[in-house]
Amino acid sequence: MTLLAVTVIGHDRPGIIADVTAGLADLGINLEDSSMTLLRGHFAMTLVCAGDVPLGQIERTLAPLAADGSLLVTVRSVPAEAVAEASGNPYLLTVHGGDRPGIVSAVTRVLADSGGNIIDLTTRLTGNLYLLVAEVDLPASVDTDALAGRLAATGADLGVRVTLSRQETDLL
Amino acid sequence: MTLLGWSEHDLGVPGRVLPVVTASHPVLSAASERVDAADPKVTQLAADLVATMRVSPGCVGLAAPQIGVGWHVFCVDAGGHAKARTTHGTFALCNAEVIEATRWEKAREGCMSVPDLTGDVKRATRLVVAGELAGSAEHVVVETDAFEARALQHEIDHCEGLLFLDRVAGAHAVFRRRVYR
Repeated sequence: MTLLAVTVIGHDRPGIIADVTAGLADLGINLEDSSMTLLRGHFAMTLVCAGDVPLGQIERTLAPLAADGSLLVTVRSVPAEAVAEASGNPYLLTVHGGDRPGIVSAVTRVLADSGGNIIDLTTRLTGNLYLLVAEVDLPASVDTDALAGRLAATGADLGVRVTLSRQETDLL
Repeated sequence: MTLLGWSEHDLGVPGRVLPVVTASHPVLSAASERVDAADPKVTQLAADLVATMRVSPGCVGLAAPQIGVGWHVFCVDAGGHAKARTTHGTFALCNAEVIEATRWEKAREGCMSVPDLTGDVKRATRLVVAGELAGSAEHVVVETDAFEARALQHEIDHCEGLLFLDRVAGAHAVFRRRVYR
């Protein structure tokens, strides 16, 4: 079984997901993890799926979707990645403030320097308000108060508010 | 055997630690049968639920479908939990129903039957539940709040064939579970 990464991005319309996934299902390809959303009005799909079908056959099956130039479709084989046994603690990072270049790079650099691993990150720009929300896994060894201080200081330099809060889960 | 004085020892039978079933086992997606709370088989089930809950780290509640039994029985023990306010210690309820649910708040939940995911779920933080105590079959009304309220709603959902996955707050509200601490 080969693991495949399929991306589809382009002009949004009803039925893209149904069309793409029907093409994959007809080839016996099984969808695993995926993310599908709208980014500034553009449809954006990234999915990892498994099947024993030559890449060329998948590309030919999906080609009609891209024929009018409204969608860009890519298919690649990817190695299987072990789902990491996270050893850290889950945190939620939020950033908001006036838009300017460099917010994401500055804030994520501070996290990376502490060994923080971003599990999920979404940004939105509405008017001049820039928003970033991220799920972050922090190593147990990190001094989170000190890290929150460094993030806040980085945010202050950029004129944005940065908040790091522990994401608690209730096991029921 | 009243609600506050309830103890699994009052059931009079030793509980067995049983394996917890995980999604997508069909028993977790089917509404459970109502039971006779005085039935010795229900008493044994309640004892098994408490015993299995006790040996599961961090577990504050367990419903019969989670050990593969499609009966409307669950146990909880929210006592001592950091987020709990009102608590009634350990008890096992049969045929429980939510009578009143208000002040809804969202929080992230995990479940032993969905070991790899967590999700943000809105639950009432003020709750009134009616049911029958396992063992005595006494009809009780439980008024509670905060964490115990969340636990009760989660377990009653199990008995109705619902997982927290059926109630997640949005497309971005399910997460791969990390390690519990």
